[in-house]
Amino acid sequence: MLSAIEIEQITHEMQQVPVKKAACIEALKIVQGQRRWVSDESVADIAAILEMSTAEVDSVATFYNLIFRRPVGRHVILLCDSISCYVMGYTEIKQQLMELLQIKYGQTTPDERFTLLPNACLGTCDHAPAMMIDNDLYRDLTTASLSQILDQYL
Amino acid sequence: MEKPLTQHIPASGAPLHLKEYEAVGGYAALRKVLQELTPAEVTGRVKDANLKGRGGAGFSTGMKWSFVPAEVTGPRYLICNADEMEPGTFKDRWLLEGNPHQLLEGMIISAYAIQATQGFVFMRWAYKEAARIMNQAIADAYAAGYLGKNILGKNYSLEMQLHTGVGRYMCGEETALLNSLEGKRAIPRAKPPFPQVSGLFGKPTIVNNVETLSYIPHIISKGGDWFKSLSYTADGGTKIYGVSGKVNKPGAWELPMGVTMRELLEEHAGGMKAGFRFRGALPGGASTDFLTDAHLDVKMDFAGVAAAGSRLGTGTMVILDDRTCPVGFVHNLEHFFAQESCGFCTPCREGLPWTEKILYALEQGQGTYADLEQLEMHTKLLGPGNTFCALAPGAMEPLQSALKYFREDFEQHIKEKKCPYADHTH
Repeated sequence: MLSAIEIEQITHEMQQVPVKKAACIEALKIVQGQRRWVSDESVADIAAILEMSTAEVDSVATFYNLIFRRPVGRHVILLCDSISCYVMGYTEIKQQLMELLQIKYGQTTPDERFTLLPNACLGTCDHAPAMMIDNDLYRDLTTASLSQILDQYL
Repeated sequence: MEKPLTQHIPASGAPLHLKEYEAVGGYAALRKVLQELTPAEVTGRVKDANLKGRGGAGFSTGMKWSFVPAEVTGPRYLICNADEMEPGTFKDRWLLEGNPHQLLEGMIISAYAIQATQGFVFMRWAYKEAARIMNQAIADAYAAGYLGKNILGKNYSLEMQLHTGVGRYMCGEETALLNSLEGKRAIPRAKPPFPQVSGLFGKPTIVNNVETLSYIPHIISKGGDWFKSLSYTADGGTKIYGVSGKVNKPGAWELPMGVTMRELLEEHAGGMKAGFRFRGALPGGASTDFLTDAHLDVKMDFAGVAAAGSRLGTGTMVILDDRTCPVGFVHNLEHFFAQESCGFCTPCREGLPWTEKILYALEQGQGTYADLEQLEMHTKLLGPGNTFCALAPGAMEPLQSALKYFREDFEQHIKEKKCPYADHTH
C-alpha cells in the first residue's frame, strides 16, 4: 500500500505531464525516497495509479540503475569505477572499502548500515578517485581517508 | 584573454546569485532580444556566429534551431542536456554550479528563438549541488519576471522545470533523453522524424548542451564577429577544456578554441607527474579515439582533432600514462559501454559484452592472437551505420585506436601470458 504522502506526490506529478504514464520515473523516485527501495508491491501500486501494466512499470524501474529493486542499507555508497578513477587508482579504494565493510558490490552490511555499489563517472575527474555516499560527494580519496568518512554515517 | 563563460564564477566555485549576475550585465541580452529582435533574427545571429554544439557532436546550433517548423501550433520544448555522463568529462558541472543564471538566460533566449512554451533542464542524478543551485536559480528567475507569463512585460511566456534523472549514460543521447523525460526507458528513437519536428510528446523540441546554451547571451550581446575573434581557429569561441589522469594539476579551463594538446597538457595541467610519461590521451571523453605524443601539436578544435583521426568530443582529455596498462584502460572503457548499452539493438547489446570479455581475458594473460582479430572485427561490426545510435560506434573509437597505437602492449599480454604492468591489474 502506498502511503497518503506518496499518493499525493505521485498525483501531483501526474498533473504536470500530458499523459499519466509520463510520471512513471517520478513515481518511482517518490516511493524510493520514502522507502529507500521499490518493492514488487510498490511497482504494482504505481502501475495501478498510472494505469500502466505492472510489467511496464517494472521495465522502467529495472532500466535505471539508481532505482533500487532490492532493499538497500541506510546509506548507499556509489564508488566511481570509470576511466579517470581507474587511472588514479580506484581499485585500491574498492578493496579497502570491501575490507572495511566486509561486503562486495551489490551487498549490504548485516546491520543494514551500508550498501556498496559501483557507479559510472561522477563527473569530478580532476579530483579522482571519487565516490558518493547518499547525497554527499567525496573526492581525492585515499585508502587512509576512508574509515573516517564512513564513521560519519550511522 | 576573454573568458565569457567562466569569468564571473567565483574562485570558490560558489554560484553567482541573481543580483550578482545582473550586476555584471546578466539578463541584458534577454531584454534586448525581447525588445528588439524577432525569433528568426535571434536564430540568424546564432547561425552567423557559427556556434557549434559543445555536447560532443559539434553540429551548428543555429542550423539545428532553424529546422523547427514555424507553422506548428501548440506546445514546443527547449531542453538543456545537463546529463553530463561521458567518462572523463566534468566541464558542465562547473557552469551549472557556478553560473546557473547564465544558462537560464541562454535557455530563455533560445526558447524564444524557437517559440518554445516549456523548458526543461535534464540533469544527471549525481549533480546534487548543481540541482539545488538550479532549483534556486529557477525560483529567483520566476520571482524577477524572467520566467513565467509575459516575461519582462512582453508578449512571450515560458515555463521552466528541472528534471533530475535516475542514472544511465543513454539519457545523454537526445532522443533517449526525450523518452526518459516521458517516463520511459531511455532507448533511442528512429530519426527521422528529428526531435525538431517531433520530439517530446511528439512536439517540436530542441535539445542543446549546457555549454552551448550558456554561450547564447554573449553571442546576442556581442555578436558573431566577436565570437569568432575569441578563437585561434575557424571554429569560433572559447571552449571549456579539461585534463584528468596522472598530471600535476588536473582541472578545467576556459581557453580559446583551438589550443594545442601540448599547451593543455604542459601549461594548464602542469605536465605529467614526476615518474610518469605521457603515452596517449582520449581528447574528448571515453568515446573518442586515442591520440599520442605524435599529435601533441594538434589544435583542439572540431576540424583539427578530426584531421588527426579522433573527435573533439567534450574537450576533456583523459591521459594514459606509461605505468597504466593500455589493455586495462580500454577494458575499463568497454566495461562502461557494455554496462550502459540500453540493449535495444543487437550489435551493441551483444557485441559490447563480448568485447569486454575478450579484453578481460587479454588483461588476465589468457588472450590469443585470434582475440585481436575478433576485436578488430568488432570495431567494424559495431561501427557507424550498424547500430541504432552512436553509443557502440563511440565505444569502438578508443578500442580501434588502442589496437593501432598500442598493439605491442596487446601482443605482450599474449606472449607473456600476463599483464606486464604492476599497477591496476584486477
